[in-house]
Amino acid sequence: MSSPAESVVEVDELTVDFWERDHWVNVVNKVSFSIEPGETLGLVGESGCGKSTTAFSLFGYRRPGSRVRSGAIRFDGRDLLRLKERELRSIRGARICLVPQNPAGSLTPSMRVGTQLVETLKAHRASTWRKAEKRAVELFAQVGLPEPGEIAERYPYELSGGQQQRVVMAMALACSPSLLVLDEPTTALDVTTQARILKLLFRLQGEHGMSMLYVTHNLGVVAQICDRVAVMYAGELVEIAPTVELFENPRHPYTRGLIAAVPRISAPTGGDATLRGLLRREELPDGCRFAPRCAYAQTDCFTNPQSLAPVAKDHRVACWLWKSIPGARRVAAEEPAQATPVPR
Amino acid sequence: MKPLLEVRDLDIAYSGSRGRMPFRRERADAVVRGVSFTVGANETVALVGESGSGKTTIARAIAGLLVPSRGQILFQDRDIGARVEQRSKELHREIQLVFQNPDSSLNPRRRIRSILDRPLRFFFRLSRRARRERIGELLQDVHLDPRYMHRFPRQLSGGERQRVAIAGALAAEPKLILCDEIVSALDVSVQANILDLLRELQAKRGISYLFIAHDLAVVRWLAQRVLVLYRGHVMEEGTSDEVFSRPFHPYTEMLLKSVPEPDVSRPLLAVAETDGRTDGVGWTGKGCPFSSLCPRHLGSICDEETPPRRRVSPTHALLCHIPPAELAAAQASLDSLGDGAASHRASGS
Repeated sequence: MSSPAESVVEVDELTVDFWERDHWVNVVNKVSFSIEPGETLGLVGESGCGKSTTAFSLFGYRRPGSRVRSGAIRFDGRDLLRLKERELRSIRGARICLVPQNPAGSLTPSMRVGTQLVETLKAHRASTWRKAEKRAVELFAQVGLPEPGEIAERYPYELSGGQQQRVVMAMALACSPSLLVLDEPTTALDVTTQARILKLLFRLQGEHGMSMLYVTHNLGVVAQICDRVAVMYAGELVEIAPTVELFENPRHPYTRGLIAAVPRISAPTGGDATLRGLLRREELPDGCRFAPRCAYAQTDCFTNPQSLAPVAKDHRVACWLWKSIPGARRVAAEEPAQATPVPR
Repeated sequence: MKPLLEVRDLDIAYSGSRGRMPFRRERADAVVRGVSFTVGANETVALVGESGSGKTTIARAIAGLLVPSRGQILFQDRDIGARVEQRSKELHREIQLVFQNPDSSLNPRRRIRSILDRPLRFFFRLSRRARRERIGELLQDVHLDPRYMHRFPRQLSGGERQRVAIAGALAAEPKLILCDEIVSALDVSVQANILDLLRELQAKRGISYLFIAHDLAVVRWLAQRVLVLYRGHVMEEGTSDEVFSRPFHPYTEMLLKSVPEPDVSRPLLAVAETDGRTDGVGWTGKGCPFSSLCPRHLGSICDEETPPRRRVSPTHALLCHIPPAELAAAQASLDSLGDGAASHRASGS
């Protein structure tokens, strides 16, 4: 692992609370990770686990009614959490860019997509309109839009979902960012379109050499495009490891449950492998937050908070029981080489 | 045995002004063409396909929300092609619909008990007390605490809300539930729980499902029979095992290759990064609907001539110019989906 000084971004003990009615509720608790140059880090977890809140903090974005209680996000020698709005603007959209879940929501419906891209270019880089237009068409070609010149003339509604997502990606790439944050960018797309967009991302990363933070709940996508994966549960990081290591050797009971819950074409899951119960914020214990749903929980789990500890090279897990839990390789071993018939 | 639901040679067209929108011209004519299938008692049949394949349209026609332009829909041997207003109360009760997004199908201003009370009041003559008891039972049937009846939808998680929506359909004691992408918006762990629930309810009550989805893994796990739709045509149909093993229709093959599996040893999808010919928009109605995107395109025959329906087994059929035996041979490497090709990780790309 490279030293922190080389990281593109370093999130250090980020803690965020939301105000609910009359009290602060903790949604992100002491989350730390870094992203290396050219690396894709996957951030996975169920809805409400704080993954999007963590990702949006990289833009210095704070939801109304939320506070950053502590922590730092170091980027380019500065702490993003302590920058003024004006300073953030020079970073947002230029150095750190977002590809959101719903491309239609981030495009102006009444403006041609080419014009929108030109505006992005003009906002961050002083240039003539003519030059920006030329660059826009180049960018559209780069994200694999057929007939980019003609696409630029269209309005968002004249494009398919996949094409809209490509347009948004062209906007995100316009200023050659060093970090691209992708918030479930393919969730709303058909599988074939998703597959194409993932391939495209893979190529673009190679060409631009940027780092990516990929936020998703789709472990299939994670397995395919991420170099490392961070698993979040109820606002805390419970496991972080290189992708291959995480899928072949998941240590945290939550990670294992999550991997086992994914329906596969090659080997349909059985119902018993799934996670029990639901994440309930109002019932989080003082100790391990996963304890109420954990099949291996002991009394101590409910009172002793867990923090990430190394289990292997680059692999850290927040579970003091990781050694004693049987069948550490269970998930990987369970997968048969051949498709088994569906039990009915 | 007679099937519960039989759809015969169904054509559905959206007419009128929609056709004048730029880039939507193809929608002016039939969005569903010549679709036939049956759903037996206690059976789950899945309709799979991408957006625009007509799968939801078929469900809407069965629910009576659309009138087919041709063909018949028989439910227990009666023709039910009529619009929803003309259907009997009994028929409404027997066919229920569950939607993708419980946020828009549950009234946010009503408590769960009042949401579940509506179908009970509408379909059955029950005292207030009996209804209240029934609501508790329904919530237990979907594994929710009966005390949830006092809550509002917003106080429930997405998975819990979808359970309430299923309870609402169960309230009518239906024979058939049309499930339109009901797990697509949910987290994987929640998704697995809902699928378990559907299977359990089927085992207990013998309900049939018409299950609409784009997630092939989910379909494989739940359905006994599968229809693969593309642009309103059934490209492939068969039992779940047949559709998920060779020979695949080239479109099914493409769908299967597109699913990112949570397995690091499997390479990312042998699908081209761009589709080149813009999502097959320019299909003229001649030849095979999939011809412009087909990775196994033969030549002009695919563009000019309607492909024949080829039987692979009594239950398995493909719509393709390529004979099934040739397809199976060409797809030999697909037996375990992606074996034989190096992982993109290993190949260092």
